[in-house]
Amino acid sequence: MTSDLIVFLVLSLIAIASALGMLFSKNAVYSALFLVLNFITVAVFYLLLGAPFIAMAQITVYAGAVMVLFLFVIMLLGAESLAPSQALPWQKPLAFTLALVLVVEAVYIILSRAQLTAAVASPDASLNSMDSLREMAMMLFNNYLLPFEVTSILLLVAMVGAIVLAKQEKVGLK
Amino acid sequence: MDWTTWVEWIVKGFVLCLILLTGFAYLTLYERRALARMQVRVGPNRAGYQGLLQPIADAVKLIFKEELTPARVYKVVFFLAPILTVVPSLVIAAVIPLGTSFTMFGREITLYVANINVGVLYLTSIASIAVYGIVLAGWSSNNKYAMLGGIRSSAQMISYEISLGLCFAIAIVMSNSMNLVDIVNAQKDMWFAVTQPVGALVFLIVVLAEVNRAPFDMPEAEQELTAGYHAEYSGMKFALFFMAEYQKMIVVCMIAATLFFGGYREFWFLKDTFFSVDRFWFLGPIYLLLKVVVLLFFMIWIRATWPRIRYDRLMAFGWKILLPLSLAVLFITATGILLAQELNNQLFIWSIPLLSIICALVVVVFIYRDLRRKSHGRI
Repeated sequence: MTSDLIVFLVLSLIAIASALGMLFSKNAVYSALFLVLNFITVAVFYLLLGAPFIAMAQITVYAGAVMVLFLFVIMLLGAESLAPSQALPWQKPLAFTLALVLVVEAVYIILSRAQLTAAVASPDASLNSMDSLREMAMMLFNNYLLPFEVTSILLLVAMVGAIVLAKQEKVGLK
Repeated sequence: MDWTTWVEWIVKGFVLCLILLTGFAYLTLYERRALARMQVRVGPNRAGYQGLLQPIADAVKLIFKEELTPARVYKVVFFLAPILTVVPSLVIAAVIPLGTSFTMFGREITLYVANINVGVLYLTSIASIAVYGIVLAGWSSNNKYAMLGGIRSSAQMISYEISLGLCFAIAIVMSNSMNLVDIVNAQKDMWFAVTQPVGALVFLIVVLAEVNRAPFDMPEAEQELTAGYHAEYSGMKFALFFMAEYQKMIVVCMIAATLFFGGYREFWFLKDTFFSVDRFWFLGPIYLLLKVVVLLFFMIWIRATWPRIRYDRLMAFGWKILLPLSLAVLFITATGILLAQELNNQLFIWSIPLLSIICALVVVVFIYRDLRRKSHGRI
């Protein structure tokens, strides 16, 4: 158990450091790279909690697909370093207020529901097996079928929208 | 967990790295010799018997070459990019089973480094990470050509990853497992390449694009981009990119063999004979090696014979042809297996290859007509 704790602490440090690095990098590409590091750390957290499927999905979807697209856009637009004077005046106080609310809320939940951590600390051993995947699929396609379908329609609409926006008008091309 | 397990893991990981590195060195020789034969040349045959020492000579040359770092590159990322390219190409092999197991020093030693339940997902996640090295190499070089190569490769790899994922799904559906050892064992009676030939073919095409091999080697198209993403790299840093490319070739051939060609298992018609893996454990790696060598030969053959395809056609091929085809093939596979299970009739399994081949023929006709229209039309 102590080795798990050590791993957890080291990973937490990496996660926090990479999140801070993402926020304070001047260059957008470095920000994106720090975010990738953060995503991978979070995936290792999932592994520690005994959820390999979610860990691998996290890496594939977020670190692999989404962030590569981010990098792609940053590089394509040449937006590595924007001028720093574009911040809106009311942004900073609002961000600090919201962050404070979030911290207070998180502390309250951790203190008031200490039994939550006990449930997390002892992951079910059966989660590691293929059965858990099967159960997850059963849940997804039986109990939560409607939300799943709604999400896929949402994504489809977004995709169609992107294609419509990107489509070039063919003018006088015979 | 006692210390012997740690020793076993470390030794196995080390041996796997050694196998891949040696494989890379001799794959370069294999490719050069095979290409030379196809072009009616002799190829490198001076260093050692039949050129067998050529890889060592090349390595010595590359190590002693001067390494240049251009003045205006983004230094950290420029150093990081070759490492980020090589590491995924090595660690991805950890889940591929090389054989069954044998007993040594009183303990059972399995011929794979890790046997994880989400092995196929591990492959997809590492494959999706592998893009970074190339993209970052292109960006950090601060060079328009390298940048174009990096951007091309990221677009290409993302596009083809979708079809790659669907091909993985085909193997998962057919074996009812995400564990690579289970997938290999499910092919004891019949290879998946026989019951799903189109899936195997699409997989082989897609991995060509994933590892940036001809005819999909857009990121390093010499005529347009000099050397593409690694134009600014020299010496050992260039050698790392070179190494990653060839290791990726070996690894994807291992994955293809595992998912569709029976992995370390013998031919399905030899399953209970003298030549079965269940009888002699050491036959497993030999069978896998033979399959990988044959698949590698196909890759080299394609490089020697096919011209590079144009970039817009490459993307159109990925999105408009391979994606619908792999979706259709996955649907056919799932339906066939479901029918065979529900109606308890194994004959329905054979509707899978039949319908898939019909699908593939429709696609071929479509491409043919489209190309003919393009060559006659005025665009």
